[in-house]
Amino acid sequence: MLKPGLRLKSAVCEAEIMVIKATEGDDLTCGGVAMAEAPESAEANPDQMDGCLIGKRYVNEAESVEVLCVKSGDGSIYYNGDELMTKDTKKLPSSD
Amino acid sequence: MNIALFLQMAAEACGDRRALTHEGTHHTYAELYGAAKRAAYRFSTAQCEYVTLIDESSPAVPIALMGAAMAGIPYVPINYRLSDEQIIPLLERIDPAYLILGPKETDHSPEHWVTQSTSEFMSDVFSGDEMEVTWNEDPSAVAVQLFTSGTTGTPKAAILRHEHLVSYILGSVEFMGAGEEEATLVSVPPYHIAGISAVMSSIYACRQIVQLPTFNPFEWLNLCAQEGVTSAFVVPTMLTRIIDELEASDIELSSLSSLASIAYGGGKMPVPVIEQALKLFPNVNFTNAYGLTETSSTITLLGPEDHRTAVDHVDHDDVAVHARLGSVGKPLPSLELEIRDEKGKPLGPWDAGEIYVRGPQVSGEYDGRSVLDDDGWFPTRDAGYLDDHGYLYLSGRADDVIVRGGENMSPGEIEDLLHKHPAITDAAAVGMTSEEWGEVVALAVVKAEGQEITEQEICDHIREHLRSSRVPEVVHFTSELPYNETGKLLRRVVSEWFRIEGD
Repeated sequence: MLKPGLRLKSAVCEAEIMVIKATEGDDLTCGGVAMAEAPESAEANPDQMDGCLIGKRYVNEAESVEVLCVKSGDGSIYYNGDELMTKDTKKLPSSD
Repeated sequence: MNIALFLQMAAEACGDRRALTHEGTHHTYAELYGAAKRAAYRFSTAQCEYVTLIDESSPAVPIALMGAAMAGIPYVPINYRLSDEQIIPLLERIDPAYLILGPKETDHSPEHWVTQSTSEFMSDVFSGDEMEVTWNEDPSAVAVQLFTSGTTGTPKAAILRHEHLVSYILGSVEFMGAGEEEATLVSVPPYHIAGISAVMSSIYACRQIVQLPTFNPFEWLNLCAQEGVTSAFVVPTMLTRIIDELEASDIELSSLSSLASIAYGGGKMPVPVIEQALKLFPNVNFTNAYGLTETSSTITLLGPEDHRTAVDHVDHDDVAVHARLGSVGKPLPSLELEIRDEKGKPLGPWDAGEIYVRGPQVSGEYDGRSVLDDDGWFPTRDAGYLDDHGYLYLSGRADDVIVRGGENMSPGEIEDLLHKHPAITDAAAVGMTSEEWGEVVALAVVKAEGQEITEQEICDHIREHLRSSRVPEVVHFTSELPYNETGKLLRRVVSEWFRIEGD
């Protein structure tokens, strides 16, 4: 069960994410393999290896799931079979 | 969800980048991260429930903040300018604590506490083995506890949880958004929310922090030139003093060529001061930020574009756009903001009332007691109004409203008018008890140097531009008004001047 604040690691690469927003029954994969707090390393699906980048936020189309990549990796992040897209932080002038 | 993540990510993405400069000494993100982990280990093994720091800015500040977060202990910076009599009751409320102490001595350090000087603490955490530290990701754990300045009564402990601070930073700062050459000058004290948010947002943007422990305008300008500072946050009084210093000293403006942006907040900026600053620094982007401790810092922004548009309209008839220089701008995209009357009914544009905000960065919690309403709205106790385009204008604290014969008056309205008068440098309007009206306006005025203005002339000027109810019953001339160190006018002190004997 995913909940905000949860940190998950990829089973196929160095990637790490933090869950920002999630709904019940979510299934996140990286490189085709389920992400977990302490995953055992596994074989990647080569079609899902476009990479993810530290500091980027990834969302599904409905924006019901949002994760923050906290460590870059070679795998791409999918939710229920759909690749997550990057979401832009609205650029604001620095106020502090 | 833990604010320590920001430092971990910065160290991961650009560990060799310069993170911090203090008195000419530099530290990288990797060093800062290593130090924070060693601090976390010390805090965890000390069996303390709080980490407190009573000192001015130094590398110990971000290290204690992040180390405490990793250790899962609230970080409680305390104003080092307070007297022992004021500090001891605060320390009693955070027992037992790991106390990091500046040159100031305090009698309060019970045996079950760990007390270290800042320099001792720093030499401990900057050396030693690499530590592996894991931390709790519970979003609802308390990250920071700040004692309010207590201008009215006992200081309250405002609680900021990791979820509030993380929401604020993720919602307003782009990770590694700063270029390698960027450096921000931080001169706000560490116990102020602006000092906390400056540390967090700079780390997440991977922007170097240049610390100026005690503000003085000469040093500020010097550091800007020396360290190639590109941005800074100042409170209004600091900006005034910087402008004065630039005019009085022989510092060349060209030496400040790296300075690209200045953000200001923490108190009401007099419009003439920002106008002057815009003229003096035509190439600098100015941003006005309004926020509160209870909202994890900034909630509204008036950006550089708004400043420029407002200045461009100074010679035009579009008074409304020019007036925006006196506005604090629009709410952050992740926030909702409403103006409500005393009964809680939302008001339309131009109607003054209390400012309410709602959003994930809003804590609105003191000593474990939430003041949010059932729908999650936080009453800021600040009074203000919106214009037709959603720009927010502040008119003082809701408690500062002067009620004369049932009519609500905002002191800001009177003060703004007087600030524009060439013979007046500063003014404060407060309510004074009156048998006839309940309250009447009393005014404290600082005359501009070499200028003369009489009580009668001030009253006539107010009568001419505002309603006659705004005309003061008493005018007191003074050499300066009382402000606290972050530029907040101490209205309570001004009110004391007008207290009738036996009142």
